Amino acid sequence: MNLEFTAEENAFRDEVRSFIENNYPQNIERAAVQDDMTPEDMTAWHKILGEKNWSVPAWPEQYGGTGWTPTQRYIWSEENARVNAVMPLPFGVAMVGPVIYTFGNEEQKAKHLPGIKSGNVWWCQGYSEPGAGSDLASLKTTAVRDGDDYILNGQKTWTTLAQHADWGFFLCRTDPDAPKPQQGISFILVDMNTPGIEVRPIKLIDGGYEVNEVWLTDVRVPAENLIGEENKGWTYAKFLLAHERSGIAGVARSKRGVEQLKDIAKHEMLDGEPLIQDMGFATKISQLEIDLAALEITELRTLAGEQAGKGPGPESSLLKVKGTEIQQRLTELTLEAVGHYGTPDFRSFPADGSNDFPIGPDYAHSAAPTYFNMRKTSIYGGSNEIQRNIITKMVLGL
Amino acid sequence: MDFNFSDEQNMVRDGISRLVREQYDWDTRRGIIASDAGWSPEFWAQLAELGMLAAPFSEEDGGFGGGAVETMLIMEEFGKGLVVEPFIPSVVCAGGFLKHAGTAAQKEEYLSAIIAGEKVFAFAYAEPQGRYDLANLTTTAKKDGEGYTLNGQKAVVIGAPWASHFVVTARTSGGQADQNGVSVFIIAKDAAGVSLRDYATVDGRRASEVYFENVSVSADALIGELDNGLPLIETVVDEATVAVCAEATGAMQVTHAMTLEYAKQRKQFGVPISTFQVLQHRMVDMFMEYEQSISMSYLATIKLDEGEAERKHAVSSAKVRVGQSARFVGQSAVQTHGGMGVTDETAVGSYFKRLSIIEGEFGSVDHHMRRHIKLTAAA
Ligand SMILES: Cc1cc2nc3c(=O)[nH]c(=O)nc-3n(C[C@H](O)[C@H](O)[C@H](O)COP(=O)(O)OP(=O)(O)OC[C@H]3O[C@@H](n4cnc5c(N)ncnc54)[C@H](O)[C@@H]3O)c2cc1C
Ligand SMILES: Cc1cc2nc3c(=O)[nH]c(=O)nc-3n(C[C@H](O)[C@H](O)[C@H](O)COP(=O)(O)OP(=O)(O)OC[C@H]3O[C@@H](n4cnc5c(N)ncnc54)[C@H](O)[C@@H]3O)c2cc1C
Repeated sequence: MNLEFTAEENAFRDEVRSFIENNYPQNIERAAVQDDMTPEDMTAWHKILGEKNWSVPAWPEQYGGTGWTPTQRYIWSEENARVNAVMPLPFGVAMVGPVIYTFGNEEQKAKHLPGIKSGNVWWCQGYSEPGAGSDLASLKTTAVRDGDDYILNGQKTWTTLAQHADWGFFLCRTDPDAPKPQQGISFILVDMNTPGIEVRPIKLIDGGYEVNEVWLTDVRVPAENLIGEENKGWTYAKFLLAHERSGIAGVARSKRGVEQLKDIAKHEMLDGEPLIQDMGFATKISQLEIDLAALEITELRTLAGEQAGKGPGPESSLLKVKGTEIQQRLTELTLEAVGHYGTPDFRSFPADGSNDFPIGPDYAHSAAPTYFNMRKTSIYGGSNEIQRNIITKMVLGL
Repeated sequence: MDFNFSDEQNMVRDGISRLVREQYDWDTRRGIIASDAGWSPEFWAQLAELGMLAAPFSEEDGGFGGGAVETMLIMEEFGKGLVVEPFIPSVVCAGGFLKHAGTAAQKEEYLSAIIAGEKVFAFAYAEPQGRYDLANLTTTAKKDGEGYTLNGQKAVVIGAPWASHFVVTARTSGGQADQNGVSVFIIAKDAAGVSLRDYATVDGRRASEVYFENVSVSADALIGELDNGLPLIETVVDEATVAVCAEATGAMQVTHAMTLEYAKQRKQFGVPISTFQVLQHRMVDMFMEYEQSISMSYLATIKLDEGEAERKHAVSSAKVRVGQSARFVGQSAVQTHGGMGVTDETAVGSYFKRLSIIEGEFGSVDHHMRRHIKLTAAA
């Protein structure tokens, strides 16, 4: 047992740290709420990393991966979190990319992988439907073969940032008569500019627009956009879900969040002392740090297993549940810390005179919206109830 | 022992319940909070007309002889409909100050106008640096001839954009957080030197930062004793705290009912999600949480008229229980709704947001836990 990094790993840390310091764009505006950022700002770092060949570290080297070990990838995400970097969105890099290089044909790889790597093509995930959330396999959107095309009809929902997307990967029903619903589903790539696609924004409780309904009416998609075999889409989707879960613990980002919380608790005063000196509040921060330390080591153990050639298994459900609970706890404590100034809705602030008459400290503005918004994390990506069901079945064998 | 309400109290409850159901349905509320004004003066006028703004006042003060129980019943129904109109700031707070400490002339001028809905008050007590400490004040009121001159800033004054008047707490002597040297004033919003920055709140109300710059008031603007206003402020804030607890119990009951309804009709894996035991037990826990909160709301309401220590002990106990329940019920409701729970479309999100803000209103769980601990240690 040894938790130290090797000399090579420490040298690697220095290298990426100095690269980030020298290249991370200083003009990215981190909006009070993440999804209020402009699409340009959301992809700026991705594009720089694309040029450096560092945007898809986990991919096989032949497709642009860096060949880093899981430990190096861990160091990489830590270093990015240190500067609160806006990382590449997962939909291309972590989701459809691996599906394409694993199950796609050569044309599909040549056509799509470079745009994902460079950050020039924006992808969205079209899985969920109004009637198919946790029970994804009950999805109803159809794809009917017509000559060299598929004709898609149906409705997807909760499609994250589809308003900016160039391409989407969709699960569609190609065999309504399959003996099991999972067996009649296909995985299809769709150009979001195809006629018949309508993207309608959904406003979330924090007032932001990060998800959409995607309506598909007689959308004609070339059959060459089918990934792998018809009716085998569920297999590819399951593969993808496993990929989606690695990194879902969000340890590096939560560590950064704890530092931000401590800063706030040093500024906020209680009975003439900084809030962080209060035994009650300090206890809560320590509890969070302890839980986060445990999660970090659990994730490192998973990584070590991966390094030894074990794929991410159902135990990664543990990372998702604990990781999201910690992310949510962080937002609860931040809202508590800012006191009265959690109540104003910063979206309604008058634009003028804000410097003369500030409405509370800047760090307070995002506290409530972020707390509200982050309730999503225990719902999406397989809800935490579903993750517990998975552990029940796959780990406990019940 | 008697947990029944009197006939008059039942009439208040039924009347307000009907009014909220009939005049404050979900779409109406959405329209109200999205309007320029952000509240419904018509609804307020109707409350006045029905005598609801008079409910907690004695007959000699122009009320119907009710008190804290009436306020509790009204606020519980308001909680069910997420009513944004300023019953707590205007009736419970400003009305409370006047009821406890107003001179005959002050009551004549202000209390009757509050009851009639003609004057609307906001309660300007919190300050940017003060957290939940009612005595931590940098707003000052300096003796100036016969009257006083006020300077300072008040934070997140709920209902200020709708108000004609403020009740303002200010330091008249002593150090920034001293128990002594605190006084309470009435200030008209249109007085020279008062300025506001208005905004919406995350739970659908309106508030302002309120600035006082050399605002001159006459001697009769003072409510209660000079320099000895803190006990009065604590009394009124305790009453407001209990009122917001009652509001929370109303909001929690509706949130629970909505969740139950949704779980029964939402199907996944071919069955209603209400058949999954993990969700059943969570909805059971929500039920137990709001029942416990209702009990504490009753307890604190009954204890408001007891001695100071007993009152504070009960109020802080209630706010701790209610604050914790509000969080659990709100979060559980959102989780059970899945993606629908985090949209702006559904009512459940609005209830969750209101419950989240109630957690910190008139003191967070931590604040009241600390007060409870201090009182217990001193007993
Ligand atoms: C912000 C956000 C972004 C999203 N982004 C995307 C995206 O980009 N692409 C995409 O395809 N989807 C996306 N989703 C959809 C997400 O994956 C679904 O919301 C999720 O699968 C849950 O489905 P549902 O919302 O229909 O809830 P439901 O499945 O209806 O669940 C409701 C409740 O029932 C519980 N439940 C359901 N089944 C069981 C069971 N068997 N046992 C116990 N409890 C159960 C759930 O845990 C939940 O608490 C996003 C969702 C959100 C909120
Ligand atoms: C965008 C998106 C992302 C997702 N991410 C993930 C992810 O990362 N990981 C993941 O595993 N899932 C994820 N899901 C959820 C996924 O859709 C499935 O719920 C899950 O993969 C298993 O589905 P299945 O059809 O094979 O059902 P099954 O394997 O048959 O069962 C699914 C779950 O439901 C429970 N269940 C089924 N029927 C019943 C019943 N009658 N009573 C009680 N419980 C029942 C099972 O115990 C099991 O836990 C995601 C969904 C979406 C839309």
